Amino acid sequence: MTQLKHPQILLASNLKDGEVVFLGHNGWERDFRQARIAKSQEEAQTLETIGKADSSANIIVDVYLTDVEITDDGAPRPLHYREKMRIKGPSVRLDLGKQARGAPDELE
Amino acid sequence: MSLNDTNTLSRINSPKTTYQYDEFDKDFIRERVAEFREQVRRRLEGSLTEEEFRPFRLMNGLYLQLHAYMLRVAIPYGTLTSQQMRRLAEIADRWDKGYGHFTTRQNLQYNWPRLIDTPDILEALAEVDMHAIQTSGNCIRNVTADHFAGVAADEIEDPRPTAEFLRQWSSAHPEFSFLPRKFKIAITGATHDRAATLAHDIGLRLVKNASGEIGYCVIIGGGLGRSPFIGKIIREYVPRSALLAYLEAIMRVYNRYGRRDNKYKARIKILVHEKGIETIRAAVEKEFAAMDHTAFQQDPQEFERVAASFTPPPYEILPSESSKLAKARVETPAFDHFVSVNVSEHKIAGYAIVTVSLKPINGIPGDATSHQMRVLADACDRFGFGELRVSHEQNIILPHVKKDDLFALWQTLDAADLATANAGLVSDIISCPGLDYCSLATARSIPIAQAISQRFSDMARQRRIGKLGIKISGCINACGHHHIGAIGVLGLEKKGQESYQITLGGDPGFSASIGEILGPGVSADQVPEVIEHLVDFYLAERHETEAFIDTWRRLGHARFKDVLRREGEDGADI
Repeated sequence: MTQLKHPQILLASNLKDGEVVFLGHNGWERDFRQARIAKSQEEAQTLETIGKADSSANIIVDVYLTDVEITDDGAPRPLHYREKMRIKGPSVRLDLGKQARGAPDELE
Repeated sequence: MSLNDTNTLSRINSPKTTYQYDEFDKDFIRERVAEFREQVRRRLEGSLTEEEFRPFRLMNGLYLQLHAYMLRVAIPYGTLTSQQMRRLAEIADRWDKGYGHFTTRQNLQYNWPRLIDTPDILEALAEVDMHAIQTSGNCIRNVTADHFAGVAADEIEDPRPTAEFLRQWSSAHPEFSFLPRKFKIAITGATHDRAATLAHDIGLRLVKNASGEIGYCVIIGGGLGRSPFIGKIIREYVPRSALLAYLEAIMRVYNRYGRRDNKYKARIKILVHEKGIETIRAAVEKEFAAMDHTAFQQDPQEFERVAASFTPPPYEILPSESSKLAKARVETPAFDHFVSVNVSEHKIAGYAIVTVSLKPINGIPGDATSHQMRVLADACDRFGFGELRVSHEQNIILPHVKKDDLFALWQTLDAADLATANAGLVSDIISCPGLDYCSLATARSIPIAQAISQRFSDMARQRRIGKLGIKISGCINACGHHHIGAIGVLGLEKKGQESYQITLGGDPGFSASIGEILGPGVSADQVPEVIEHLVDFYLAERHETEAFIDTWRRLGHARFKDVLRREGEDGADI
């Protein structure tokens, strides 16, 4: 097992509605806190393989891995501000996107 | 009679001041909707891969953005009827999240449509002669025009009939559906350039020749983005009858010689820059001379038919001054400021052009709620012959308002938070959606616009500063036109953080110029402070009513750079 410098999660857009989704243990989740976390290159590769298959199966589009850190409650938190935006919604419309449904207020 | 009754009657009686689709247009749009519906069905059932489907959805204006799909609706030359605006509001409520974003190409974007709903949205648009075709992809995009077209006091001719001709010529043009890159055309018929014609792949200005005949000055090779260039005149005068043939010749030269090996070097501006305007001119003239003009010869009768669609509304004969207006201005200072700032001279006595700012203090530039869209639709039915314009500055224009009606209109707008008296002032900021929505963005732009507008929230101070264009882009693609802002702000990523590069000296008008970089990038928090220092320096140095850009040109870039250097030495963290 080759440890990753940073853990990773797999995210994509849902084909039918375009919403950002995260690969969880039981399929694609709309809440990033349910995302499956890869800590090794092999685990990341497994996520990518599933993503590729689901992309071919026309479930999701625009799939990629992103670096995260693990917060105290065990949830992944993206390191890059772009993905921090994607897990919540527009910073100028807190009434829209995932944050409107109660995602934690973590975006700086 | 209720207000609704009045509006209904007004709509029925509204003159046809904009192009009306004929059966050919309607059939074409309907067929495209049916075609896209089938493509979506095939995508969802899996018989089209994303790679296969992407070109189809982009041809129909559907992008995949940061949080959702985004549908960009074309508003040809920025002209809308009240009926169309109401439909945009209905779509926002039914299939989106109750608002829309007016863009710098005079279009409207919905930020949250679902793929599965898009065919229904396009069908709803088609019912009011609208579509999303060619709002994306490497084709000729929506032709933009002076938002004061047809009513400006400084106009030679209404540019919209020509723009409509160009729309018809360029729509689904088989030769130009797969250009090296996207292609943008803007046109103005006025002596002041409100359409940023020098910042377009092709800019057209209506001009008169020595005999007084109206034709076109043709400019090519302008553009913003990663490599900004000011356009160059390729021909001083092209007769009206030869315009389409001449443009066809330009497009053929571009299509043939434009680079396809590198998307960043594929725009016509790079071709003009690398080959030189003389070489390109020679190639275009050669093509123009050799080509068969028959198919492109403008039929004067057809032009008249199209031009008749833009017949001025039945204006009343009115005195140029309105005592009712004068009285209201004295009695209501806020209205007086609105008139001073947001109302422009109309070519017809007794009428005025009203700019409705979509830039309230701390607002999101260009956003309008569905309620506001309906208010605007009702207002233009009641006060403005049922016609609206979208400006590339992301505001809405009511082009024909009686001066006697201005106060009643202002009250209507004020009740809907649409009466911000800042048109052209420091808080009338052009801003792209940036990283709050856009998947290409490298930084947020809307919060920067909000912070600047808050910093200058004192409207009296804004009026003292006067006209000052701030333009913000969230990435190098420059959808926020930062290169041609007197003050431009470009959001970039620097070491994993959002960083903002400030430019000075950009100008979108006939004296167009590209802004120069002020210095190293600053953080989001620092942008309003930096701009405030620059504005304070300008106020201290300007001559009487001299505009910011003119002071900058007179004093030179170095003097403005010195301001920040001094402020830094004084301890300010900039």
